[in-house]
Amino acid sequence: MKLQAKAWKFGDNISTDLIAPGRYFHLRTNLPELAKHVLEDADADFAKKVRKGDIIVAGKNFGLGSSREHAAQIIKLAGVSAVLAKSFARIFYRNAINIGLPALEVDTDKIYAGDEVEVEPASGTVFNKTRNIGLQAKPLPEFMFQLLKDGGLVEHIKKHGDFRLQ
Amino acid sequence: MGKTISEKILSAHSLPSGRWRTCQLPIGIGVDAYAGDIVVAKIDVAMIQDGTGPLTIQEFQKLGKSKVFNSSRTVLFLDHAAPSPRKELSNAHLILRQFASQTGSKLCEVGSGVCHQILAEDYVNPGEILIGADSHTCTAGALGAFATGMGSTDVAVGIALGKTWFKVPQTFRVDVEGKLEKGVYSKDLILHFIGGIGSDGATYKALEFAGEAIEKMGMAERFTLTNMSVEAGAKAGLIATDAKTEKFLKHQGRCKMFMVVKPDEDAIYEKKINIDASDVVPLVAAPHSVDNVKAVEEVKDTKIDQVFIGTCTNGRLEDLQIAAKILKGKKKHPNTRLIVAPASHAIYLQALKKGVIEILVNAGAMIFPPGCAACVGVHGGILGDGEVCLSTQNRNFKGRMGNPEAEIYLSSPATAAVSAIKGEITDPREALK
Repeated sequence: MKLQAKAWKFGDNISTDLIAPGRYFHLRTNLPELAKHVLEDADADFAKKVRKGDIIVAGKNFGLGSSREHAAQIIKLAGVSAVLAKSFARIFYRNAINIGLPALEVDTDKIYAGDEVEVEPASGTVFNKTRNIGLQAKPLPEFMFQLLKDGGLVEHIKKHGDFRLQ
Repeated sequence: MGKTISEKILSAHSLPSGRWRTCQLPIGIGVDAYAGDIVVAKIDVAMIQDGTGPLTIQEFQKLGKSKVFNSSRTVLFLDHAAPSPRKELSNAHLILRQFASQTGSKLCEVGSGVCHQILAEDYVNPGEILIGADSHTCTAGALGAFATGMGSTDVAVGIALGKTWFKVPQTFRVDVEGKLEKGVYSKDLILHFIGGIGSDGATYKALEFAGEAIEKMGMAERFTLTNMSVEAGAKAGLIATDAKTEKFLKHQGRCKMFMVVKPDEDAIYEKKINIDASDVVPLVAAPHSVDNVKAVEEVKDTKIDQVFIGTCTNGRLEDLQIAAKILKGKKKHPNTRLIVAPASHAIYLQALKKGVIEILVNAGAMIFPPGCAACVGVHGGILGDGEVCLSTQNRNFKGRMGNPEAEIYLSSPATAAVSAIKGEITDPREALK
């Protein structure tokens, strides 16, 4: 699977409070409504501007803070096909893979807002078409890649009846 | 090869064949799991709360399961929006109540308190594994338990199967020698640590706190340390058990659950960090990140519109007593609102019996019901545009308390109490002389 995508650029330390603000706590049981506010406190119009298939490109420690999986869920619901960051906070990283949203650790300095980027989650190859720069993401641990391939943790368990580590 | 606390607990709960133990075994009997290994481990306790619970239940139902792994150790909390300020959240509460009645899981109703405090009071024992759909689940690590926060889907699978997968974390050993100065608390110590290492400095790692200063601390102060481990990115924050852990469990009617949990002397640590307690001064985390740590001295005179004393970080009896000692016979500043929320119903009752609540109310405090209260920006205590709050909570991210146009500083209960009197950020050491 190769993704062709436009990059939306964010900085370091994008917290889950910026992604899914606490003032919309009451919308957590209505994810499509909550998705209208995705990343609102980092970029007020992001939800309106983002198109299906686009990718988020961020600095270090993306998704720090609260365990709210809604953050990963609404990024996916907004149409985002992958998140690329220099590093991820632990819980967000697990959440993203668990719901089938590719999260790849890569040096994102060479990707700028609006760049056209090709991403292949399986191999971790990233190619910035706009600037003709090839990048290599850190490979996902094998088990996490398996989860992603199965469509997330729930699908993995439904398919195998248990964790299938090999 | 020696093991860290995390390696010991995860080893004792895992079997490589995918089977796992079903009864209590002494730590050390199981497989030998070391940092970097991926294991499937049995869990002892699982928890969800009203913010993450509805999604957990939805994912649980997708698995086609109707039974939870252990109904007496699956715990549901109504604490983030308690009492509910609006119908959508009241309906979210109904989802959790219905799940509790269908599965027999434990439900901690509105007013019981913050999940992490109640888990420590009533549910989690040394040597156990707790997973929770809340990032501050790491709080219970002060009991010598491996406790970690996860997302809703992970916890849904944990509740269904009674196990989860872990990458055994590397451990940073944090030795704190010497004595904290009067007016300096474990909150200042953990802010000192996070300010040094950064908000991602311990990502994926377990922290083990040890040393003279930790040994001297009571359980309340230890919980503050482990609670905020996640603010450095850590997966877990752990403290070896000792006589204080045993006393705490005895007080909670669980003395039989005490067990010695400590690292081997030849355990391998990825990093050893030494802190001299006497170097720690009263600190705040300034807006908008927890690692933006400054000495109170640097930000003194900053005007504050609201002070909040409470939460899973610093809403325990000892914290309220520290605040009451400072506020006794005094009044909060007329331009500063003072909100206090005991972390649990039990703490509230003790604070009432000891006269702590009366002192706080006389000083002008509003007492909120036990729960997350103003920390999460869901109900009471939401800040106005440009307003500044000094809080004893663990996070000050933009928007955290419900308004991205407001500013949040984090401090110890003593700094918060002194500052409430002056209406500006103030060093507590003067007041305590």
